[in-house]
Amino acid sequence: MSDKDDIIAISAAAPAEVSEIDLYQRREKIYTRKIEGFFQRVRLFTGWPLLVGYFALPWINLGDTPAVLFDLPARKFHVLTMTFWPQDFVMLAFLLMIAAFALFTVTAFAGRVWCGYTCPQTVWTAIFMWIEQKFEGSRLQRMKLDQEPMSLAKFRKKTLKHAGWITVALATGITFIGYFTPIRQLVPDLFSGQAGSWATAWSIFFTCATYINAAYMREQVCTYMCPYARFQSAMFDANTLIVSYDAARGEPRGSRRQDAPRNTTQGDCVDCQLCVQVCPTGIYIRDGLQYQCIGCALCIDACNSIMDKMGYDRGLVSYTSENKLQGLTTKILRPRLVGYVTVLLVMVSVFSYTLAARNLLEFNVIRDRNQLFIEQADGSVDNVYTLHIVNKDALEHSVAIEVLDIHADIVGATELLIPGGEMREHSLRLRVPPEALQRPGQDLRFRVTQRDNPEVSAERESRFITPF
Amino acid sequence: MTDFWSGWIIVLTSAQIVLLVWVLFGNRKTQSGDLKTTGHTYDGLEEYDNPLPAWWFYMFVMTILFGLGYLVFFPGMGKFEGLLGWTSVGQYEQRVAVADEKFRAMRDRYLALPIEEIADDPTVRKMGKRLFGNNCAQCHGSDAGGALGFPNLTDDDWLYGGSAEAIDTTLHLGRRAAMPAWGPILGEEGIDETSEYLLSLNNRDVDSAKAEAGKARFGMFCAACHGADAKGNQMLGAPNLTNGIWLYGGSKAQISETLRNGRNGQMPAFADVLSEDKIHILAAWVYGLRNER
Repeated sequence: MSDKDDIIAISAAAPAEVSEIDLYQRREKIYTRKIEGFFQRVRLFTGWPLLVGYFALPWINLGDTPAVLFDLPARKFHVLTMTFWPQDFVMLAFLLMIAAFALFTVTAFAGRVWCGYTCPQTVWTAIFMWIEQKFEGSRLQRMKLDQEPMSLAKFRKKTLKHAGWITVALATGITFIGYFTPIRQLVPDLFSGQAGSWATAWSIFFTCATYINAAYMREQVCTYMCPYARFQSAMFDANTLIVSYDAARGEPRGSRRQDAPRNTTQGDCVDCQLCVQVCPTGIYIRDGLQYQCIGCALCIDACNSIMDKMGYDRGLVSYTSENKLQGLTTKILRPRLVGYVTVLLVMVSVFSYTLAARNLLEFNVIRDRNQLFIEQADGSVDNVYTLHIVNKDALEHSVAIEVLDIHADIVGATELLIPGGEMREHSLRLRVPPEALQRPGQDLRFRVTQRDNPEVSAERESRFITPF
Repeated sequence: MTDFWSGWIIVLTSAQIVLLVWVLFGNRKTQSGDLKTTGHTYDGLEEYDNPLPAWWFYMFVMTILFGLGYLVFFPGMGKFEGLLGWTSVGQYEQRVAVADEKFRAMRDRYLALPIEEIADDPTVRKMGKRLFGNNCAQCHGSDAGGALGFPNLTDDDWLYGGSAEAIDTTLHLGRRAAMPAWGPILGEEGIDETSEYLLSLNNRDVDSAKAEAGKARFGMFCAACHGADAKGNQMLGAPNLTNGIWLYGGSKAQISETLRNGRNGQMPAFADVLSEDKIHILAAWVYGLRNER
């Protein structure tokens, strides 16, 4: 809380008396005031689709199986018509990198819009705040209620509020588990007590986590726990859109009558403190850019509503940039942003290509090593191989095995029928006749091809070892 | 661990915990001083001295309590085994027991049925292949095709018999091959001649004079086990010497080596190693290899 008008060295302010205080201080509960406005309506459009998507997706079935299921015990990750195996993990890595770079790009351009509009912590806190408002009333009513002694009315309100919170938390927790085990089975099982102990335990865990985070932790997550809050400063530059107070226009601040004519002794800020009352992280935006600001624009909407009432222009608190505040223009197309966007496009292309070119036939060769080679009586030499062939498709396929770059007879089956989504270990013995032997060994290739679609194939190198 | 080192760990761990608690609680107060900053200036930048959130303190306390609870229930204080008696070996054995329970039910279904009947069952083929890969492939090769000194299980040639019963016995009790060392008795010349005779039985190029001499030697020393026709004796595990299948190598040098120094092939007794149901599945799998050819 600052009542300084200029930015001066902090230590030059008069020092307070030296006394002992607690190193740890309890969090002061923040009572936010409800405000309506343009940016709050924007948040409805960003928040609701994500919420609906989160809650609805596990319930959507493709045929008999869920459309999205991360089957951890079977190590198969189903997304719509595609099934990803652990070997496809590199794609998850790409996806996460793309997500990170998309975040950096958006932040370099528009500041912490992720935090303010789409972050689950914000969205769920907003839901919990709405429930709180419904049962306990407006900001002043809530503050009064908390100071009152316990009464029947207070008990009723608090109970209803917590019941509402727990319901939302339960739905959230169960839905989360529903991404890992089919939710259509999970929900009836949980409520009839038949769900497995792990599913139950994790559902309870995520319910508690949601409840604690959205009901109690709230801005503590943004202020103390989230790393994003801390490294945003690496992504901002003087052209990034940030929520800021136009001090040049607003100072010196002071209250005045609503119908008073505008004069030059007072700035546009009427010192109504509304921007403070609505802030969910409890900061004073008039102090300037702070790391706790999540860019939710509640203060913008609040100040604009007052500006409207006073008949002044909007935008005393607005999305602006450091450059603009100093009177320069905001340059959007700048090297940093262009660079981020370019890298992002490249990564998305690489990812899309990898996804499209994914081979549905995965295959590995392991050469028997207990005996390097086996000589037969007629002088020919054997090497034994185990082929791991995976059919990553949902349909059954027959595969053909061939050996290339070597003159060898194959002892063992060269055709296999593999059901969809299964792996087969297949043993093969290669026998090279004495006249074709290359000492001390040679390279060869195994090729596995889908019989009904020869374009789907995989190759692996291996060795054939002979006595010297 | 010795009592000394056990005590060492206990003392150090306890002292550490006490120290941490003392540091934690000892720092609950601080000077307010200049309320705003830490007082330092780095390149003209100053640093706020904001209070730490109280829930950090509570989390510190919770972690210490958790640690204490852990040390009561789990090993950590020197030789003390913890009230739960947990060991990693115990955990492993528990998991093996659970898995065994689960799969034993599967295998016991087949234990009740004769080998010949289940040999072609697809589940038995799969289970048998896995069991084979874990227990037998190290010697017999991952395709069961054998290697030098380890029989080929996929062909028709059986040292001790290829009936279901014989295979079952081999697996349970193992086999000890006893080919005597004929070097001292035959001498190098005798070995040479006998080798030539054996090669002649297999349509290989030989020196006929030596082969004739070898035949006499064979009749004197070898026919007792391998049979007068050299077709082998499954009661003794004496191989058929006429079918071109040479367990220890079919070159003249290798045959001579076998004669000279004998062979003592070992098949382990798996009754000591594997449970009945697993042996039954394995026997069925090996028996069924003839149908895979």
